[in-house]
Amino acid sequence: MKVVVCVKQIPDPALPGELDPSTNYLKRDDKLILDESDSYGVEMALQLVEGAGGGEVSLVSMAPNNEVSGLRTALAMGAEDAILVSDNALAGSDALGTARVLAAAISRLSPDLVLAGVESSDGYTGTVPEMIAGVLDIPSITFAKQIEIDGNTVKVQRQTEAGYDDVECQTPALVSVTAGVVEPRYPSFKGIMAAKKKPVEELDLSALGLDESSVGQSGARQETVRVTEAEERQAGEVIEDEGDAHEKIVEFLGELKIV
Amino acid sequence: MILSPEHNQIREVARAFASSEIAPNVREWEAQGGAPKALYQAMAKVGLLGMTIDPKYGGSGLDFVSYALAMEEIAAVDGGISNMMSANNSPVAIGIATHGTDKQKDRFLPRLCAGEWLGSFHLTEPHTGSDASSITTRAVKDGNEYVLNGHKAFITAGSTSDIAMIVAVTGPQADSPEISVFVTPTDNPGYQVINTERKLGHRTNDLCQVRFDSMRVPATDLLGDEGRGLSIALGGLSLGRIATAAQAVGGARQALQLSKDYASQRETFGKPIIGHQSVAFTLAEMATEVEAARHMYLHAASLHDAGKDSATAASMAKLFASEMAERVASKAIQVHGGAGFLEDHLVEKIYRDVRVYQIYEGTSEVQKIVISRNLDSLEL
Repeated sequence: MKVVVCVKQIPDPALPGELDPSTNYLKRDDKLILDESDSYGVEMALQLVEGAGGGEVSLVSMAPNNEVSGLRTALAMGAEDAILVSDNALAGSDALGTARVLAAAISRLSPDLVLAGVESSDGYTGTVPEMIAGVLDIPSITFAKQIEIDGNTVKVQRQTEAGYDDVECQTPALVSVTAGVVEPRYPSFKGIMAAKKKPVEELDLSALGLDESSVGQSGARQETVRVTEAEERQAGEVIEDEGDAHEKIVEFLGELKIV
Repeated sequence: MILSPEHNQIREVARAFASSEIAPNVREWEAQGGAPKALYQAMAKVGLLGMTIDPKYGGSGLDFVSYALAMEEIAAVDGGISNMMSANNSPVAIGIATHGTDKQKDRFLPRLCAGEWLGSFHLTEPHTGSDASSITTRAVKDGNEYVLNGHKAFITAGSTSDIAMIVAVTGPQADSPEISVFVTPTDNPGYQVINTERKLGHRTNDLCQVRFDSMRVPATDLLGDEGRGLSIALGGLSLGRIATAAQAVGGARQALQLSKDYASQRETFGKPIIGHQSVAFTLAEMATEVEAARHMYLHAASLHDAGKDSATAASMAKLFASEMAERVASKAIQVHGGAGFLEDHLVEKIYRDVRVYQIYEGTSEVQKIVISRNLDSLEL
C-alpha cells in the first residue's frame, strides 16, 4: 500500500506573523515548520501502513526557498521520502493553483490513498484537498475520524455534528483527516537522524510539466484586496448566580455546540 | 556554537515533549514525590534515555551536544525529572557502554534505553562526596561473589531504580585504596533503602540513603577491572558536570521566560513593568547570563565529542551555570514581586530546583579545585 500525505510547511504560529504589504500575503521568508493539522494526516498514514504490515508513506509539499524543515519533521516521524515543489513562479498561488501543483506531484507517485489535513493553520481555505481530488479525478472523502483499507475499498468514519457517517469508495482516493482524531507521535531522535538520509526530490514547475500561467500569481483567480485589523475582543458576559447559573452556562455551551 | 539542523530538531522535540508530557503533571508528581515509570518509558520512546548509546543496544547513538541540549529542555520544565534522566544516561548507561563486557552491555543497555529499567549511581556516602577515594563501602571477594557492606547517601532514584552502579573499596584501605565499580540489580535482599529524604527541590524524584547489608553480588557484575574503578567513577562525574550545567541553564532559561512574560503583562504606574528601565535591564542581565552559560556547556560538550579533554571546561561550565541559575532564579522572583514568592508561580519552584546544581556532581568549591589545578593548561 502506498499512501501519499500532503504536507504544508508554515511560519511558526508561536511567532508573530507578518503580512507582505504589497501582496497582503503572509511572509514566508523565515524557517517554516510542519503544519500541526497535517501531522494528523502523517500519523494516520503511518498507522495505516503499520496496521497493514507493510507499505510506504510519501510526502508532497509546496514551499518557497526549497524549505524542507517541516518535511524533515514528518520524515523523522516515519515517512519514507518526499517531493518538494519550489519555484519562484509559485508565489501568490491560490487554492486551485496549489491543488494543481500538488496533484501533479502526487500523480508521479501513483498512490493507493492520498491523505491531507482538513485545512491549513495559516490559510484556512479548507478547499485544497477536494480540489486535488478534482484535478486527479479521484473520489474524495472529507473529515475522516477513522480510516480502514479493505482491498481496493477505503472505508471512512466521516465526522459530523451529530456523530459520524460510514462512507466508502474505491481506491485511489483522497481523504481529509480531521485534526485531533489521532495522537501524532513525537519524532524519535533515531528518526531525526534517519530523516537526514531520506530522499527529498526537489522539483520546479518545468519538471512537473505545468505552465506558469495556471499557477502562482498569474494563475490565481482570487486576490486579497484589503486587510482590516480584527476588532478588539469584547468583554465576556458575566452571569450572576441566582440559582440558575449552571443552566445558563449549559445553554451557552450548547449554542457553541460544545455540549 | 552554531547548531546543526538535527541538533535544533532534537531540541524542539525535547521541548515539545517536556511541554506536553511533563509540565501539566509536575505539581502532582511533586506532591507524590515521584513520576510514574510510564513517563520514563515515554521518554525512552523518543530517545531521551540512552541518548549516546549505540543503536544496536537500543540507544540513539547521538553526540554529547545533543544530550546536553535535550537535558536543558527537560530541566527547563522540571529539575527532578532531568536528574533522573541524567542518572540513567550518564554515569549508568555510558559507564556500562564504556567499561562493560559484551554480556553486561547485552543485559543492561537495551533495558536502560527502553526505560524498562532505571539506573542509580552509588558513590556518595554520609561523610564522603566528591572525595571518591575516601569511600568506606567495602566489597570482599568470596568465591564467585563479592559481599558488599556500607552506607550510601544522596542517591537519586535509590528506591525506584532497577539497577545500581555501586562504587566500593575492594583492596586494602590505605592511602590509595583500590576502588571497584559494580553494576547489579537492586532486587537483592542485601540492598536496603533506609530513608527517602525530604528536600528543598527536585521533589519529583526520590533521594535515598541505601545500606548494603552483606549484599552478595556475582563477580560477573564487576564493571571493568577490579581495583580500577576510581577512573570509572570520576569519568562519570566529569560528564555529569556538563549535564548539570545544561540543567542549570534550563531552569534559568525558564525563569527568564516566565519573567519576560510576567513583566510584559504586569502594569505599574500605567505601563507594563518591562517598560521600566530597572526591570528591562534586569531581564537583559538575566538573558546575558543564560546565554553565556549555554555557550559554556555546549563548548564542554563539543570538546568531549571531539575526543578532547573536557574536564576543566566541564567544571567551569558547571561552576558558572549553577551559580548563575540561582542568581537568575532570584531575579525572576524579584521581577514577579510578591507573586513570585507564591507556589502559584513557577519561579518559586525553579528557585528551589536550581539550588542543588551548586552541590551535586561536585560542589562549586570542588569545581574551583579542579579548575585551579589546571590553570597551567589553560590558554590564558
